[in-house]
Amino acid sequence: MDPAVVARLQHNYGLDRPLLEQYVRYFVELAHGELGESFYQRRPVAQAIADAVPNTLLLTITALAIDFALGILIGLYQASHARRRSDVALANVTLFFYSLPTFWLALVLQLCCAVWLGWFPTGGITDPAIHDSMPLLGRIADRLYHLVLPAVTLGLVGAGGTARFQRAALLDALGHDYVRTARAKGLAEPAVLVRHAWRDALLPVITLAGLALPFLLTGAVLIETVFSWPGLGKLAADAISARDYPLVLGTTLVATCAVVLGSLVADLLTAAADPRVRLRS
Amino acid sequence: MNATSVITLVAAIAWTVVFVSWCRRRLRGDAGRRFFRHPAAVRGLAVLVLFATIALVAPLVTPYAPYQQILTLQDHPPMWLHPLGTDFIGRDVWSRLVYGARVSLGVGTLGMLLAVTLGGLVGAAAGYFRGWADALLMRCVDVGLSIPRIFLILGAIALWGKLGLWALILLLGLTGWFATCRIVRADVMSVRERPYADAARALGVKPWRIIVRHVLPNSAASLIVSAALGIGNMMLLEAGLSFLGAGVQPPQPSWGNMIADGRDQLSNAPWTTLFPGLAIAFSVMALNATGDALRDALDPKSQRG
Repeated sequence: MDPAVVARLQHNYGLDRPLLEQYVRYFVELAHGELGESFYQRRPVAQAIADAVPNTLLLTITALAIDFALGILIGLYQASHARRRSDVALANVTLFFYSLPTFWLALVLQLCCAVWLGWFPTGGITDPAIHDSMPLLGRIADRLYHLVLPAVTLGLVGAGGTARFQRAALLDALGHDYVRTARAKGLAEPAVLVRHAWRDALLPVITLAGLALPFLLTGAVLIETVFSWPGLGKLAADAISARDYPLVLGTTLVATCAVVLGSLVADLLTAAADPRVRLRS
Repeated sequence: MNATSVITLVAAIAWTVVFVSWCRRRLRGDAGRRFFRHPAAVRGLAVLVLFATIALVAPLVTPYAPYQQILTLQDHPPMWLHPLGTDFIGRDVWSRLVYGARVSLGVGTLGMLLAVTLGGLVGAAAGYFRGWADALLMRCVDVGLSIPRIFLILGAIALWGKLGLWALILLLGLTGWFATCRIVRADVMSVRERPYADAARALGVKPWRIIVRHVLPNSAASLIVSAALGIGNMMLLEAGLSFLGAGVQPPQPSWGNMIADGRDQLSNAPWTTLFPGLAIAFSVMALNATGDALRDALDPKSQRG
């Protein structure tokens, strides 16, 4: 390459300045919401991220809902049938899903449900050929149709962990004196389980929900790559292969903020749900 | 398969059965009984011993070299000569799976060893010395815990380009010690107030000696459990990175990059993707089961069905 071109490029990106100055300038620009320019997308990083975040949010929130709805239900069932055959069988199933590599489950579901059975699309977020010509309801349905496989994959793996956690928390709660009191009062077992023990056992699960975010974002990087879902994770993975540093930095920053925000929300929710925990007055 | 590999495989299975039942007979103490009372402990331990044994004797159980291409047999379904089929450039999937076990299990174990050592030392120092050192270290840990690891590692890989195996282990270890550190710190803070720690201090024993000789052994239980459960996570992360092409580099086989290789042949040669995934799932399952059983064994307070 012509040295003059190299010098001009270095000058344009500020790479000819001292390292410390570049570092300080990065923070000054960051404070102004300026994340720099993506090399390979040739547009501002902030814009690329802003396009990707809603897609990732849609995917992770759906997955989170599947994760916790399924996980809590299985955990409740297991705790109420503790040490019976169905509990042991379910424990094996949840352990299996908890131990699965997410991207592998994604590939297997893609092969079975999309390629062989043809029930769902193999990837993408909408049908590129007909999406724009659809009526509003059709477009929403199209999105949901594309959402099923990635969200179910991410949700299933998460549900394995949630169920294990919920079962342990419930068994813990069932050993307390107030449960014995409730039983002694003659309450029906479902009422004891759900109204008394479960209320106590839900607290650690709320904490888990905040911690689930890093897990979901990690999963999103892999799942979005498998299903070509144009979200934050795929953006990050693509940025790595393109050696697009500003974009890598930007996506990492946004993911980190999301995790911090997630644990803050979990803390606030715990404080709201648990009368023993009070925010400092 | 050929005669040698079949015989070695049978021998490995026999050794696993003998070893696990020997453990069961010999470990009759309180902890051993609690360990084996866990419903999945025997299965988990057996899978781990079997996989580790096969990985160790890899050249004997594999009829082909992991890089050897049989160009007339591409994407061939499983048959007697190639029990798990061949991949897109005619390499034997079974042989690659076995050599991949060395890489995947090795990276997970070494990465976790590094993470546990670092987490143990930093956690012990923070919990023992308290004060500003504790505050500083724990804020670093908070920062480390809040960045999703895969982004952190991908960022590092973007900076330095493709990594060698040792660099990958180093990176996994250096980003994996934060959670262990917190656990150990909490343990150490309670242990340092015990009378025997006081006694050691009164005798003029140096702080680091107290930490290593008196404090750390007492939090060994949480260290061991968090290591056993952490190896599985390490392996899943390595697999994910290798799947993205950022972890173990081809042609060296790892379970993650085997899945990545098989991805483009998913519909016409699913066995190239299926078996490495199952291998990961079963080893991580075995690690989690063993970790759970270890927790039951070492921490009698947390009895969980």
